[in-house]
Amino acid sequence: MSEDVLFQLKHVSKGFVKGKEKISIFDDLNMSIERGDFVAIMGPSGSGKTTLLNMLGGVDQPTGGEIWFDGTRIDSLSESALTRWRAENIGFIFQFYNLMPMLNAQRNVELPLLLTKLSKAQRRKNVETALALVGLSDRAKHMSSEMSGGQQQRVAIARAIVSDPKLILCDEPTGDLDRGTADEILEMLQLLNRDHGKTIVMVTHDPAAAKYAKRTLHLDKGQFVQREIVA
Amino acid sequence: MNDLYLIYKNMTRKPLRLFLTCFAIFIAFLIFGAVTSLKTALNSSVALSADNRLVVFNRINFTQSLPIAYFEKVAAVEGVENVTHLNWFGGYFQEPSRQIVTLAVDPESYLRVYQEVVIPENLKQAWLNNRQGALVGEKLAQIYGWKVGDRIPISSNIFTHKDGGYTWEFEVSGIFKGDTEQYDTRQMLIHYKYFMETQTFGDDWIGWMALTTKDPSLNEKVAKTIDDNFANSQSETDTSTEKSFNKAFIEQIGNIGLIIFSVVFTAFFTILIVVGNTMALAVRERTGEIAVLKTLGFSSQRIFRMVLSESLLIALIGGLSGLAAAWLLVEGVKTFLARFLPNLILDSHIAVQALLYMLLLGLITGLLPAFNALRLNIVSAFNRQ
Repeated sequence: MSEDVLFQLKHVSKGFVKGKEKISIFDDLNMSIERGDFVAIMGPSGSGKTTLLNMLGGVDQPTGGEIWFDGTRIDSLSESALTRWRAENIGFIFQFYNLMPMLNAQRNVELPLLLTKLSKAQRRKNVETALALVGLSDRAKHMSSEMSGGQQQRVAIARAIVSDPKLILCDEPTGDLDRGTADEILEMLQLLNRDHGKTIVMVTHDPAAAKYAKRTLHLDKGQFVQREIVA
Repeated sequence: MNDLYLIYKNMTRKPLRLFLTCFAIFIAFLIFGAVTSLKTALNSSVALSADNRLVVFNRINFTQSLPIAYFEKVAAVEGVENVTHLNWFGGYFQEPSRQIVTLAVDPESYLRVYQEVVIPENLKQAWLNNRQGALVGEKLAQIYGWKVGDRIPISSNIFTHKDGGYTWEFEVSGIFKGDTEQYDTRQMLIHYKYFMETQTFGDDWIGWMALTTKDPSLNEKVAKTIDDNFANSQSETDTSTEKSFNKAFIEQIGNIGLIIFSVVFTAFFTILIVVGNTMALAVRERTGEIAVLKTLGFSSQRIFRMVLSESLLIALIGGLSGLAAAWLLVEGVKTFLARFLPNLILDSHIAVQALLYMLLLGLITGLLPAFNALRLNIVSAFNRQ
């Protein structure tokens, strides 16, 4: 595996059993993602976009094949090892933000840092930096119920980058936002990729969102139907 | 921020629900604390009875007297270590409503049989040497503010003084303590001889006897020998251990243990269901959030601990406040009930027992939701959202 390759899927298959029927989502799926890449994965509903993202994030396991991340095979890790691996390497951004409603923005962003050995002061500094990066320094003490959808998603982005992960996974990050706010969020992701070198994989069904990525992979019926479109 | 902060924020996200849950537990432990204190108070005389102490009463009933001649005969029975005799004086101070447990005893033998009575040697000698002397319990002395050397008039609602009145004057020779906090010191002891010489009922009788055997294993044999000795006499005896006598006396007002167990068990079972249901509901509502925490890298075991800790905290908050309220209640009423329940106290044993039940309640109600959180599959949880 080239040193530039961060993620590699080799002959990955994924399926499940429903009643007496065996349903295959992927069969012999191969892909690689290099460091600093910004990949959009598009496809119709049921094409396996989210399942692929879940496997990349180590929250779902393939039924066959291998998944390699930065020289480590992650599909064979135990659940606890995979949990540690996620905490150290992956930042997640969800469609519906998934912030903790009982915590303010600052505390939400701090959550992933509870899994590190950083001191309280260092944690506070990292949180301030992340919130500043997404332009929400003045909203640090606000609860999620006091913020707009776009602001909540920015808090979620700050939470995803605060522990400086190697990869950011976004599942329809603009699916719940209006066009203008969506563009702001996508510009922010682009900035993180371009200026801060973050590797990003984004699942979306919105072609306008995909344009912000460096390349787009189209998934249909468990296969990449068009290898890639480079922006 | 740390895990405790997250637990706290989760716990307090619905304050009304938290309050109602804690209140339910509060009530359960208020009942537990108060009722268990009552039970302990009722049983304290049984618990404090020495294992090798027997009491000898008139077989007709314990208010009937026995001939004084029995005393020497009982002392001579094989296996008897020490024996003393006691008379009920029926005393009160100034007003008949201020009743005082007053026993006319043979001082030296009494102190040998009732070694729970703790008194400095000089005061003991002062009492032994003063026929008009009274040995007063510490709590009783505190109630009336009596000190050593005070002369106190004690009246009897049973006996008449030879001078025609009902009042005797005693001098406080000493103030005794009990060897444990539970020992009832709301009583006073006077000289049998002085009592006999000054009352009008004759001088050849005693109320009952108390004795210690050389070993508890001899109790049954000694009791049988004593009762056999006085069989077919004018005053037959009924000898039993002090413990069983006290227990039988208490059980005249009902099986307290069963009543208490039923009340506490019913309250606990109801609370268990209510709290368990609330905890399950609270965690189910948070399925998505737990999935997010797991996605971020929080381990299943850590989330399990957090959910279980939340349940334990709720049980402890409700339980400890309920126990504190029970303590206040017991402290508040014990003065009024002192005459009937001198040992009404919420002691450390009850508190420790309650604490164990709180932990048990927290564990039982938290285990299932915590286990569900432990097993929660991230993908399934997100699909359910």
